[in-house]
Amino acid sequence: MADGEYVLEARGVMKIFGNHVALDTVDFGLRKGEVHALLGENGAGKSTLIKVLTGAYQPDGGGIYMDGAQISLDNPLHAQSFGIGTVYQEVNLLPNRSVAENLFLGHQPLRFGFVNFRKMEADARVLLANYDLQIDPASELGTHSVAVQQIVAIARAVQLSGKVLILDEPTASLDRNEVERLFEVIRGLKAKGLAIIFITHFLDQVFAISDRVTVLRNGKLIDTRPLDDLSRTDVVRLMLGKDIAFSGATDIESNAAQNEVLVEFKGYGRKRGVLPFDLTIHKGEVVGVAGLLGSGRTEVARIMFGADPADQGTVTVNGQLTAIRKTTDAIRHGFGFCPEDRKAEGILGDLSVRENIVIALQGKLGWFKALNRDEQFEIAGRFSEAMDIRAASLDMPVKLLSGGNQQKVILSRWLATDPAFLILDEPTRGIDVGAHAEIVRTINRLRDEGMAMLVISSELDEVVAYSSRIVVMRDREMVAELRGKNINPGIIVQAIANNTDEAVA
Amino acid sequence: MKRLHLERLANPQLLALVAVLLINWLLFPNFFRIAWQDGRLFGSMIDVINRGAPVAILAIGMTGVIATKGVDLSVGAIMAVCGAVAATMVVAGYPTPIAVIAALAVGLACGLWNGFLVAVLDIQPIIATLVLMVAGRGIAQLITEGSIVTFNDPALVYLGTGSFFGFPMAAVIALVLMIVVTLLVRRTAIGLFIQAIGVNRAAASLAGIHSRMLLMLVYALSGFCAAIAGIVVAADIRGADANNSGLWLELDAILAVVIGGTSLLGGKFSIPLAVVGALIIQAMNTGILVSGFRPEFNLIVKAGMIILILMLQSPLLGNAIGFFKRDPKQANSR
Repeated sequence: MADGEYVLEARGVMKIFGNHVALDTVDFGLRKGEVHALLGENGAGKSTLIKVLTGAYQPDGGGIYMDGAQISLDNPLHAQSFGIGTVYQEVNLLPNRSVAENLFLGHQPLRFGFVNFRKMEADARVLLANYDLQIDPASELGTHSVAVQQIVAIARAVQLSGKVLILDEPTASLDRNEVERLFEVIRGLKAKGLAIIFITHFLDQVFAISDRVTVLRNGKLIDTRPLDDLSRTDVVRLMLGKDIAFSGATDIESNAAQNEVLVEFKGYGRKRGVLPFDLTIHKGEVVGVAGLLGSGRTEVARIMFGADPADQGTVTVNGQLTAIRKTTDAIRHGFGFCPEDRKAEGILGDLSVRENIVIALQGKLGWFKALNRDEQFEIAGRFSEAMDIRAASLDMPVKLLSGGNQQKVILSRWLATDPAFLILDEPTRGIDVGAHAEIVRTINRLRDEGMAMLVISSELDEVVAYSSRIVVMRDREMVAELRGKNINPGIIVQAIANNTDEAVA
Repeated sequence: MKRLHLERLANPQLLALVAVLLINWLLFPNFFRIAWQDGRLFGSMIDVINRGAPVAILAIGMTGVIATKGVDLSVGAIMAVCGAVAATMVVAGYPTPIAVIAALAVGLACGLWNGFLVAVLDIQPIIATLVLMVAGRGIAQLITEGSIVTFNDPALVYLGTGSFFGFPMAAVIALVLMIVVTLLVRRTAIGLFIQAIGVNRAAASLAGIHSRMLLMLVYALSGFCAAIAGIVVAADIRGADANNSGLWLELDAILAVVIGGTSLLGGKFSIPLAVVGALIIQAMNTGILVSGFRPEFNLIVKAGMIILILMLQSPLLGNAIGFFKRDPKQANSR
């Protein structure tokens, strides 16, 4: 690999937070005039790598090279002076200022120490013409569509930096036409020799515009390959796991179908959330949900639990037609929900382990049937023993526990309510191996005890291990339901990728 | 067991109160002298609990609001409105109980209005309550028609200046209210729910807590407490002064709650300690007054206190202290 082949290169970059290795000797090379897709599930290390490349983080090992020479980046502004510009998913410009001001903020053309608005607007017009944008530079940025704002952000970044452009999920809030418009801009920049890093969760877009792809998983570099050699299935396989092809079908007998029906969703959906779906869940059955990030997995969970209520379709619980408009409706029917983002939506950080465990049960009991201290200790103690929660005391704040123990606390919180139907969104993400095994064991035990569960997970091996049935999500739509012998990672990967030109494995 | 009890008493708020009282005693040796006269107690200490009562009453309601990560700026104005309602009604000839109940109902309604803005319309508490903070004084002036409404209704006056077994009535009301509200939140699950909302409203809602209803409740309680304080203050001066009744007291109440260890970031709270906080503030005020300094110093000293307390609550200092007394077990548990 000759020096100078890459405009921007990371060699053996390490980044460690506490005892968590976020990036483990990752190599990454970006060529002039290419669009390089960076892929990986949440927590794979994409954003950490970007932050290292833009100077927001300092690497704990390895180095950053530009045109073959090592550089050190103190902060994003410093990176900008090296020609590295970034555009984030959320446009971080000033919506209440003019387009021209947003383009030139921080380096406005001056005359006698004052901003020369006329020159600034003229310059802006020239700049925008390069992007085929016919908008008035004096108009407020906020009055334009997100796509236009996104292009303005790109114009600003390119004009400031001009060598490397990092696009962090720029298409997440755009519709199809807007995406195409943005791609035109990206192709134009590529033709001018810019090196572009493109981060997205949409596989279609990766194939539409990228030349090469780098896949990260769990902080490690999996591979960097030209996209020409790859099928969609290959990419999904790279993202989700290495040994998928070898693990076999599940041995769980799907006798659950003979069990009583617990919940039945019909045409259940929510605008801008999930397209209507039908799903029947029986007692003693685990329904696994597979799909890439952003495929609508979490939305399905939230709509079922009433966190984001459905606006179409019906739900039947125990044969009774009912309505779930808010979380308390769902809880009354015996639902429980462990959210994906443990810290933001799960734990009550400053409250004790004990209070975190009893809170849902107390919520169910209401304001006036308060559990006293002894009862709280009894319940919390029972579950912390059953779930093997490692806490120095039940009175310590839950935020001091490790991620795995926090997850067990939230699981205990719902088990204390004696639920009939438990929804788990990524229950094993970001937790240590021991806690991981404990949670998988618990899921199996609860299923055998007759509880119904819906489990969302990116770990295909894991979903296969405990699910009686698997539904596959793609583009906010439930696209497949797999049972029996079809519960197999290879088939799931193909269902996710919607690969029609390849034979079913 | 005994040791644990002593430790609980040695919390920073009580230590600060003792420190302020001792400083007062050094500046004014007669500070702790209490006399019995005309069937009631007299002395600087009695003065502290009597004068501190309105802020203590406000602080009781404010604690719940701040524990939910909110703030209620309107309590001073609600005091003026409710004082005006009670005064004009007794002057107009309504029986005292009716006037008092009407004033309390108005306070409750004001609190519910704040709660509606915060819980249902999702307006930030500081702005939502600012509305009534500004408008409230105008409403009070409309009720009193711009003048100070004075009255001599003995039953109403008793609420402000009377004594109960020798103790000033205002202090007795504050104490009873503190006990009732503390029991209300601690013996039910309300206290736990308030903390849960304050720590993480999203997680609390997902855990099945009716966060809207609870927010309505805490703001309503705050308005109710402000009404009580407004009645007590009006009764004390035998008149409703729409311009000055409760002026800036919302800030004292917030300070009392913060001194009482409830973080403005919400979460763990203590109503009795907020009352102690109100007593600390009043002890400083009284101390400066009786020691012969000019009252202007009051504001400077108060400002100094705020700085000191904010420093003690800052995470920077917490980390520095934590560094020296880190529990090895907790340090390794991550």
